[in-house]
Amino acid sequence: MSDYLDEMDHLADDADPTVGDLEIQNFTINFGPQHPAAHGVLRMVMELDGEIVERVDPHIGLLHRGTEKLIEHKTYLQALPYFDRLDYCSPLAMEHSYVLAIEKLLDLEVPLRGQYLRVLFAELTRICNHMLNIGAHVMDVGAMTPNIWVFEIREQCLEFFERASGARMHSAWFRPGGVHQDVPLKLLTDIADWLDEFPTLFNDAMSLVVGNRIFKQRNVDIATVSKDDAVRWGFSGPVLRGSGVAWDLRKSQPYDVYDRMDFEVPVGTRGDCYDRFMVRVEEVRQSARIMRQCLNEMPDGPVSSTDRKIVPPKRAEMKQSMEALIHHFKLYTEGFHVPAGEVYVATESPKGEFGVYLVSDGTNKPYRCKIRPTAFSHLQAMDFMTKGHMLPDATAILGAIDVVFGECDR
Amino acid sequence: MAHSAPSISSNSGVADKLGKVIGAALIGTVEAYGEISFTVERAKLAAVLEKLRDKHEYQQLVEIAGVDYPDRAERFEVCYHLLSLTKNHRIRVKVSTDEDTPVPSVTHIWEVAGWLEREVFDMYGVLFDGNTDLRRILTDYGFQGHPFRKDFPLTGYVEMRYSEEAKRVVYEPVKLAQDFRSFDFMSPWEGADYILPGDEKVGGEAPPATPKTTEKKNDTGAGAKADKKAARPSKRKTAATKKPAPKRTKSGTQKKGEGK
Repeated sequence: MSDYLDEMDHLADDADPTVGDLEIQNFTINFGPQHPAAHGVLRMVMELDGEIVERVDPHIGLLHRGTEKLIEHKTYLQALPYFDRLDYCSPLAMEHSYVLAIEKLLDLEVPLRGQYLRVLFAELTRICNHMLNIGAHVMDVGAMTPNIWVFEIREQCLEFFERASGARMHSAWFRPGGVHQDVPLKLLTDIADWLDEFPTLFNDAMSLVVGNRIFKQRNVDIATVSKDDAVRWGFSGPVLRGSGVAWDLRKSQPYDVYDRMDFEVPVGTRGDCYDRFMVRVEEVRQSARIMRQCLNEMPDGPVSSTDRKIVPPKRAEMKQSMEALIHHFKLYTEGFHVPAGEVYVATESPKGEFGVYLVSDGTNKPYRCKIRPTAFSHLQAMDFMTKGHMLPDATAILGAIDVVFGECDR
Repeated sequence: MAHSAPSISSNSGVADKLGKVIGAALIGTVEAYGEISFTVERAKLAAVLEKLRDKHEYQQLVEIAGVDYPDRAERFEVCYHLLSLTKNHRIRVKVSTDEDTPVPSVTHIWEVAGWLEREVFDMYGVLFDGNTDLRRILTDYGFQGHPFRKDFPLTGYVEMRYSEEAKRVVYEPVKLAQDFRSFDFMSPWEGADYILPGDEKVGGEAPPATPKTTEKKNDTGAGAKADKKAARPSKRKTAATKKPAPKRTKSGTQKKGEGK
């Protein structure tokens, strides 16, 4: 009987393993590529010791479309819509880096109203993106309701994009020299009304999770990243700020009219998933603040540069003027030539630093357009962040780094 | 400065100061469009970057970008973009290399370099000495070739589909339903280096006789013949011309020749 009790307590097993005992081996599983918590097509080969993750090897590239190669075969304007399709959750933020890179090479001035409109819609994009990510993150760790509520807000954002550009997601609305067309006044007043309304719903949704015990158990102290590690792993955006580094390109390297905007940069204190989540929640409120300032300060005037060698004239003008007709034809066939040189332009996309390294050889097509995706460095650190955590934590970590594969795989 | 692109701290004096820091390893400095690029010797790259990180506050490696210039002796340029969070400044450090010469890896300086180097390897075939995990990253499992090289066709060499007969995904040579068209925007009056029809009597070779259309599938440059080209190591330095725009025309005519 005592032998039996010893065996129950694993005392006998440890002392002398008998023939029936098996040596426990690590277990390797595939997470994805068709997993709802993989946020797209991510395949992670995970080595598990029981339920503890020992090693993660993310396999990316399942959505690789060779965007950079395609861009080399298109004119500068034709290449623009590819950027919408990179991070399809924040399309205008992707365009922003690209148009700024072209403008930097051309040294092209954008009228003030164009800059305000860009900032306004870049921040609307940020809200739109964070609604998706916040919703997906809470759903990955088990909360259903907030996701449905914040998707309502996202839907309203998409309607605003549609009213501005005609497309809900792939707007192609930022153009070299400004924006494609002006927005109606009613749209601006509707956005102003919406800015007063949506925080109620957003705060309601957040009140369900930010203080929630289960949500905290799933996120607090999960994947803690120190300041130094965050910098060495090349983190940027909310993930870097979640680790306590107050670094926001809108603040430190302002572009368009961000230098006129008054907003705060939220930072985390512990560098865990909960901090990354809360940084995004606060960023939504700050974005709304920036949008209000844009609406209050926005001047009248042209929305796009009047340099007719770069920006095509509108159709109405084309019907009247021979010169405009020639410009229209030349710019939509051959496009404009960009002086030879190379620039690296990075903006603060909702997911982090989104950069475009544009090499021009003086022709009408980019010689090389290297896109710096935000998700690349974050996803690379999956192994480092997930090691030692439980398998279900992997979904929380993945949700908190906010990865979209259109952008990661390009 | 009229544009509204991101503004960084002043560049004044930085190029000289860091040029001295890089010292003998420096090959050239370019300051244009408000950005500073240093070209350094390949062998001393890791030491230079480590010094820039530890002594000069360029804490973050943001990006490693490969660029292909087929007409150069060392055709690949690898550009390291560094960011200083404390000085709010960006610089670019470049090295050049060819298909066979490895670039020293910087994974021991920045962990983030691991995937960035893998991407340059995958897309251009640049080797990194010291990267212990130099696998392909973005392309398909079992992919051959390096797609972002300028001599790799945009259409690729193989396409895949699900075969109902084989009950699996099969790879086949690319078949183009419509010929891939690349328009030449080079103005003949502004330095195009091909000869206009009718001007051949003045000297030089005749323009391509065939129009830019294909009648047979073979003429697309895809098909079975293209596979040989895929297997061949890309050392077509002689085939590449000086300017990229005329190069497209010439490669178009070459394809015509192979089809017949």
